[in-house]
Amino acid sequence: MYLDFEKPIEELENKIRELSALRESKPEVQSEIESLQKQLEATTRTIYEHLTPWQTVQVARHPERPTIRDYIANLFTDFLECCGDRAFGDDPAICGGFATFERFRVMVIGHQKGKTVEDNIRCNFGMARPEGYRKALRLMQLAAKFHLPVLTFIDTSGAYPGQDAEERGQAEAIARNLREMSRLPTPILCIVTGEGGSGGALGIGVGDRILMLANAVYSVISPEGCASILWRDGSKAPEAAEALKLTAPALLKLKVIDEIIPEPPGGAHRHPEATMIAVRKVLRKHLSDVKGTSIRKLLNKRYEKYANLGR
Amino acid sequence: MGWFSWKKKEKKPVEPVAEDLWTSCSACKGMLFKEEWIKAWKVCPICGFHEKLTARERIAQLLDEKSFREFDTRISVSDPLKFKDDKGSYAEKAEQTKEKTGLKEAVVTGRGRMQGIRVVLAVMDFNFLGGSLGSGTGEKIFRAIEYALRHRMPLLIVSASGGARMHEGIISLMQMAKTSAALARLHEAGVPYISILTNPTTGGVSASYAMLGDLNISEPGAVVGFAGRRVIEQTIKQKLPDEFQTAEYVRDHGFLDMVVHRKDLRDTLIRLLRYLTNAKVE
Repeated sequence: MYLDFEKPIEELENKIRELSALRESKPEVQSEIESLQKQLEATTRTIYEHLTPWQTVQVARHPERPTIRDYIANLFTDFLECCGDRAFGDDPAICGGFATFERFRVMVIGHQKGKTVEDNIRCNFGMARPEGYRKALRLMQLAAKFHLPVLTFIDTSGAYPGQDAEERGQAEAIARNLREMSRLPTPILCIVTGEGGSGGALGIGVGDRILMLANAVYSVISPEGCASILWRDGSKAPEAAEALKLTAPALLKLKVIDEIIPEPPGGAHRHPEATMIAVRKVLRKHLSDVKGTSIRKLLNKRYEKYANLGR
Repeated sequence: MGWFSWKKKEKKPVEPVAEDLWTSCSACKGMLFKEEWIKAWKVCPICGFHEKLTARERIAQLLDEKSFREFDTRISVSDPLKFKDDKGSYAEKAEQTKEKTGLKEAVVTGRGRMQGIRVVLAVMDFNFLGGSLGSGTGEKIFRAIEYALRHRMPLLIVSASGGARMHEGIISLMQMAKTSAALARLHEAGVPYISILTNPTTGGVSASYAMLGDLNISEPGAVVGFAGRRVIEQTIKQKLPDEFQTAEYVRDHGFLDMVVHRKDLRDTLIRLLRYLTNAKVE
């Protein structure tokens, strides 16, 4: 699937495909293919180096972008999924379990988006209900009890705005996670991989390090929501995306995140393997770092970090 | 008639006009005698509707007379995103709001006494940008919590808010984590915290400090919830029952300890505080 602004990429890729089909009968097209490939590379780089905030939102929401299952499959071994909040049920919009990252045993928790319609219906498009946030907290406390660091992968348009979610205390579930994560006696690393949608993202997003993929976004409200409130017109979302400062570089400047994980030109959806390598490298560095710090110091620094936001 | 007009001539300023004497209930539209209504802390005597109180009114309602000492009066709105829209800048909008309300932020914080019991009190004011949680709001609440912790004084937060302040973007969102982190320390130290969720308490405020009280208390009919009613209706493509997200409904689903009529609120809080501070039985 191509995004609107990827038209030039689409055209070049189509041309290359057509010519490649002719390669058998006409070997002379090879040089043309090669030059087109160079052109494609340059075009992709140019487009991706100059993404507007609104275009970045499109990339962050790309249906082919890696989900938590892809990260688990590529970065971790020995994954053991754990289900349920021990109170109401199991929320497939949040996935979690034990996993091994290189020499570290950890607890992995993240929003689950799907890639197909059926997938997405099952995991509710990554929009968690209270039982999802409560499962996440249960697993985090389990991790702390057995001295395992927690890694969270954030990718949600927001907490599910449904009647049942309200009735089971969406607000309370998120609030409790914020309080408990701020004092959880084990290291927590959070990675915003796609959409960081407001309270639904923050509900598993309090930690010692907040990392963010280059084309991910993180915001207090969706650009569409912001536009419909400010301009009474959802189609002004591109302007809202600009005003909200929701891109990784803007958030780094505001000190909300600690590091940007680079994505290859063309985005994580086009180059998942290269993206995994970049995530692995950054994770390794930060995990060694937090593992080498005493819990006491870590908790004080975590507290100070949030205390200083907005000062 | 003769003496009446004579009296009128003499008296300055002029007698209050009818609109100042009377007001109407914003729920049942019933005509109310304003002075009586204000004396009843803006509860409608006809339908019982609890009108929003300003932060100053709420402080007067809850605390012992003249016991309030305000904190951080200089903390005001900041504009981390330099936010602008077609209608103008957030900075301008904030200035207008400050002028209109006489407040510098959406919360007033301080310490005071309730029947002699020393408390730290934070009261949000919905008139100030919808009681939204800006960085100044978050900072004031954070400092009030730290004060309560340092002095081991019970904390009361009266919320009235539509949620996060969009104009401060992600920094507003982070105030949820910041205030909750401070409450974690208060919780660990065993200092009591009562949250009073007044009409309305929704979004990022309900999903952070407002839901984290040792006790969560609300007033009759107050709207308490996370997502907005319209958003939910659009999501589930169904009309929600009228009582959805009212304080009584939220209590019945297990998230509020009690719904207390405004006339009983101060007394109830004092009785609760005696338990939470294990005050000697008189």
